[in-house]
Amino acid sequence: MKGASIWREKNCQSCHQLYGLGGYMGPDLTNIMSSKAENNARTFIKYGTGKMPNLHLNNEEVDNLVAYLSWIDKTGKSEVNDSNIHWTGSYIIK
Amino acid sequence: MRYKVYLIFSLVMLQVALLCGVLSSYSFLYPETLKNIVPFQQLRPMHVSAALFWIISAAVTSLLVHSNHIAVIKTANKRLINTAAGIWALTITVIFAYYTMNKYGGREYWEFPPWLGIPLLLSWILLMVGYGIYWLNLKNKKPLYQIMWATGILFFLLTFIEQNIWHIAWIRQSYIREVTMQWKANGSMVGAWNQMIYGTSLYMMVKMSGDKSIAENKKVYAFYFLSLSNLMFNWGHHIYNVPTASWVRHISYFISMTEWLFLISMIQSFKLKTSEYNKHKHLICYKFIIASEVWLFLNLLLAIMMSIPAINKYTHGTHITVAHAMGTTIGINTMILLGSIGYICKIDTASVKVKKAVTTGYNIAQVSLLIFWLCLVVAGLTKGYRSRVLQIKDFQTMMTPIYPFLKLFAVAGIGLLAGMGMIIYNYLKQLYSKRLHHE
Repeated sequence: MKGASIWREKNCQSCHQLYGLGGYMGPDLTNIMSSKAENNARTFIKYGTGKMPNLHLNNEEVDNLVAYLSWIDKTGKSEVNDSNIHWTGSYIIK
Repeated sequence: MRYKVYLIFSLVMLQVALLCGVLSSYSFLYPETLKNIVPFQQLRPMHVSAALFWIISAAVTSLLVHSNHIAVIKTANKRLINTAAGIWALTITVIFAYYTMNKYGGREYWEFPPWLGIPLLLSWILLMVGYGIYWLNLKNKKPLYQIMWATGILFFLLTFIEQNIWHIAWIRQSYIREVTMQWKANGSMVGAWNQMIYGTSLYMMVKMSGDKSIAENKKVYAFYFLSLSNLMFNWGHHIYNVPTASWVRHISYFISMTEWLFLISMIQSFKLKTSEYNKHKHLICYKFIIASEVWLFLNLLLAIMMSIPAINKYTHGTHITVAHAMGTTIGINTMILLGSIGYICKIDTASVKVKKAVTTGYNIAQVSLLIFWLCLVVAGLTKGYRSRVLQIKDFQTMMTPIYPFLKLFAVAGIGLLAGMGMIIYNYLKQLYSKRLHHE
């Protein structure tokens, strides 16, 4: 997947997390594409912000990165629901 | 063998890790001003890689120096090990050159272009062959540190290969599979270098106390098997919230509650056995081992909390994870390694001035590390509360009350850099001016 290569080459994990794993400069992006922030995410990826650098990605690269994040989004939820926690304190995610 | 060169290289890596860590903390806090001068996304891989290479290089060099003292490593094996060290150091230099050019391609902790993993792998295989032949010919493999050193070297190879298994397309076809493998490898790799470092800690305990039984009793052997099971199974807390098989969490939860207690018990028995004379003979080295014990205790509490899934829900993805990583790598691993290098470069026989400077550096480093660590814990608790309990979704809103703690953390980082810098500087001076302990 081309988006995965861009994620690695631009070292996105330095600042962002997937499933809570990665850097803490920016937010966890596991479910960013299914959240209300999708449009913002696309803009941030393209132009950066005050905190985030402009990665100088072209439109195709932005699309690939968005496709990669959408693919990850479908794998599950980054946050564990209370209903997934067993009374023993352990998780019961299937 | 060029032990001095490897030790100097390791200490330089530590200094680079500290410097990049401090700079990146300020870049984190003031990105609008600093993101173009010292970009966080560039400094973080430098900081992390330098820290990893410090730990691994110093762990290997320490065990080689100690091994050579126990039974001299033959010239042919030394050649292999020297070649391995040369490739290792050269590859790391190239890795930093790539980071400087903003070129990446790897993954968390190993962010350099993946082809650079090949010379690192080659280097490790050469080390394994050189050390392996030496180890197989050892007459007495009974002391546990001998077994731990060999285990660490072997498992580092296995986990390094696991770490690179994502190059197989089938692994990448499922993100859950890929991320599980990645963090399984990362967790087990920590276990691998802990085998090398705790082996060195055990060796030093024997040497400083003069009591061989410390490394040859049922309790330490039991501890070894527990730490081995920990190495293989206690990585689950990294991925508690990844929707993978539940048995991973349950095994990890169970295993993680055991190993640390054994080590504390082991170091405590060492304290009792060590005479006042020996304490003073190796006072500085002894202090580093005691510091590692204190940090072990603090990180034990944190690790237990983080390994309970219902609590991990609030701590995962917060600065508590960083506190855990920093607490173990600086507080435990680095303290033991500085104790070991101090022992090797005979720091306890240095001039009063040098010993005073190292002790001052040690005190500054301990106080700074405590503030540093507490700030991360409080920042993590605040983030966990705001994101999981208050369900604040906007990142900046969620982070705002956390920044004062991170500012204090950054100031403590300067203290840590200064304290450790004093130790490193005096160690380097000692390495230049004196023969090593085992020469």
